[in-house]
Amino acid sequence: MPVISYREALRAAMSEEIERDPNVVIMGEEVAQFNGAYKVTEGLLAKYGPKRIVDTPISEAGFIGMGVGAAMLGLRPVMELMFFSFYSVAFDQIFNNAANIRYMSGGLISCPIVLRGPANGGTNVGATHSHTPESIAAYHPGIKVVVPSNAYDAKGLMKSAIRDNDPVLFMENTILYGETCEVPEGEYLVPLGSAKVMREGKHLSIIGHGRPIQLALKAADLLKEKHQIDAEVVDLRSIRPLDEETILNSVRKTNRVLYVEEAKPFCSVGAMVACIIQEKAFDYLDAPVKRITSLDAPAIYSPPLEKIQLPTVDRIFQAALDVLK
Amino acid sequence: MSKKSPSKKAEVAVSDYDARLAPINVKLGQDEKIQLYRDMVRIRRFEERCLRSYQQGKIGGFLHLYIGQESIAVGCVSVMGDNDHIITAYRDHGHGLAVGMGMNEMMAENYGKYTGCSKGKGGSMHYFDPSRNFWGGHGIVGGQIPLGTGIAYALKYKGIKGACLAFMGDGAVNQGAVHESYNLAALWSLPVVFVIENNGYSMGTSQARSSAGPSLAERAAGYDMNWEILENGHDVLEVRDKVSQALKLAHEKSLPSVLEIRTYRYRGHSVADPDTTYRDKQEIEEYKRTKDPLMVFQNALLAEKTLTDDLVRKIDEEARAEAENSAQFAEASPYPTVEDIKKDVYWEIDNPADRKSQGALFFD
Ligand SMILES: Cc1ncc(C[n+]2csc(CCOP(=O)(O)OP(=O)(O)O)c2C)c(N)n1
Ligand SMILES: [Mg+2]
Repeated sequence: MPVISYREALRAAMSEEIERDPNVVIMGEEVAQFNGAYKVTEGLLAKYGPKRIVDTPISEAGFIGMGVGAAMLGLRPVMELMFFSFYSVAFDQIFNNAANIRYMSGGLISCPIVLRGPANGGTNVGATHSHTPESIAAYHPGIKVVVPSNAYDAKGLMKSAIRDNDPVLFMENTILYGETCEVPEGEYLVPLGSAKVMREGKHLSIIGHGRPIQLALKAADLLKEKHQIDAEVVDLRSIRPLDEETILNSVRKTNRVLYVEEAKPFCSVGAMVACIIQEKAFDYLDAPVKRITSLDAPAIYSPPLEKIQLPTVDRIFQAALDVLK
Repeated sequence: MSKKSPSKKAEVAVSDYDARLAPINVKLGQDEKIQLYRDMVRIRRFEERCLRSYQQGKIGGFLHLYIGQESIAVGCVSVMGDNDHIITAYRDHGHGLAVGMGMNEMMAENYGKYTGCSKGKGGSMHYFDPSRNFWGGHGIVGGQIPLGTGIAYALKYKGIKGACLAFMGDGAVNQGAVHESYNLAALWSLPVVFVIENNGYSMGTSQARSSAGPSLAERAAGYDMNWEILENGHDVLEVRDKVSQALKLAHEKSLPSVLEIRTYRYRGHSVADPDTTYRDKQEIEEYKRTKDPLMVFQNALLAEKTLTDDLVRKIDEEARAEAENSAQFAEASPYPTVEDIKKDVYWEIDNPADRKSQGALFFD
């Protein structure tokens, strides 16, 4: 199987969907002529031309709102936010218009739009550019949220997101863009709402989403190596819809849970998952659910400090030991 | 200043116009002219040193260089009075130095050190110095423009005879918040000068590919606001003249203006931009050869014997040494501590003796 990067996987998904459906249009700042600020859309303009691959001015509220309107009439816009952080410029368009249009029209109108871009810290771009808004987004009924942690899922989820008839917020990660793994050539889909057990284990479940899953896998190796602990690692992949069954199965098996994510702790996805676990699997828990998040402050610029602010392999490793105490 | 039918007047004005004869420039003493030149040289040398540090991996994130645009920050700040304020976007090194921030605190900020102007928390895009009426340093394109409008509102509210210079790029003019600010400023007669630093590109997108309409400044006409295009943004004296007129209008009549200042950036959008896809090298070289703001002003001052070759050399050496020292200062400075991550988030946490609210503010 070919080994390709997360970036290439996203590009392949978009290419395949552009070829499959004439209503798919890629839009965003610098996506066409400049080949994408992070080169995710590299080569697409040359291949598919300016009708399908469109550069926009710096007008997030305008062009994303326009995408919502175009989706109402049946286009499938895939809109890049250069940084997902810029979603807040378009907040009203996303959370009032895209999220509510179906409901307020009594189901008469749907909104098959995808908003994609990197939502992560770790590259010293400061507080304004480092937001991780997956729980803010998933809070809104009508919105779907996807956070792939690897190239395979990035491709399969992107294809599903583009075909989905609801608005999907697709949160990527600049640090993962260059990460590679085996990705089949051609057609496959990863359905939204299916979590994946990345590693089987019996002593505790490390559940999470996004890049921290990669850290969790390393921490799991260390737990095995140093303490003979078998950690199960579960990647949610999709935040809303949420695969409750896979989460609960893992909890029933290991009885101990550590949630890992890059977001801030207040009302995070981990907080929601912990709530679901205590509601639906309380009797299976041998310890409180613990969470590893970013330290609760705006993203600091200072490079060595930002490393400490974000989840690290070591913090996950230590927290896992705590959960097992 | 007030132009409702743009084209003709502008042309006449350009041909007869000599910025040196403007009252604000006629009264400039030799030392003041030398200082203007020195300020531009200091910006350039500082940024060249930043670039080296970035290439050495000492600076993280983004580094947006102002090289080529120095005449604007220096010219604008040189005509600001004590009650005038300034706010800009992420390309903020020039504005920082122009208002009098030190190279040490700026370089240390770039290095993420505790001795930086924001204690290493903001980085290169987010400089602030409210003690010098400089309100940042903002990373979200267009996001600073409502803030600048709000500073003008507060000045007017408090009855202070001052204005706010609110800077943005040619790409930022397409943000909705900019247009909302224009309307508020015009509707409520706020003392704000919107300064568009039009360097021709927003990242890899030329003005023609991003903005409709005959010019960026002319959009102000829709709000019945004063507007003007400065073709010679490289000329620090012209910048001084036009900006001081707009400031006067703000001070005396509390009227807003939009100034579009044509300029050029020599480097890529940020240091990470290879700058190979959207303009040709010749365009850059041509600008450097004919309109470099340092060169143009240096030549003018040499011709009138305000500067000598010796003095030019001395100013340059001093600026290089100052920049080099700032890099050493930054290098030797400590990083913030882990505890610092949670400071400066809430006023009440930083001032526990005066805390009035109860309950948890942090949730780790
Ligand atoms: C809301 C928002 N959208 C996009 C960006 C990414 N971005 C940063 S600078 C920039 C180009 C801005 O160009 P311009 O306004 O002309 O200023 P210049 O960089 O030329 O000084 C873009 C697209 C951002 N920081 N904020
Ligand atoms: Mg520009």
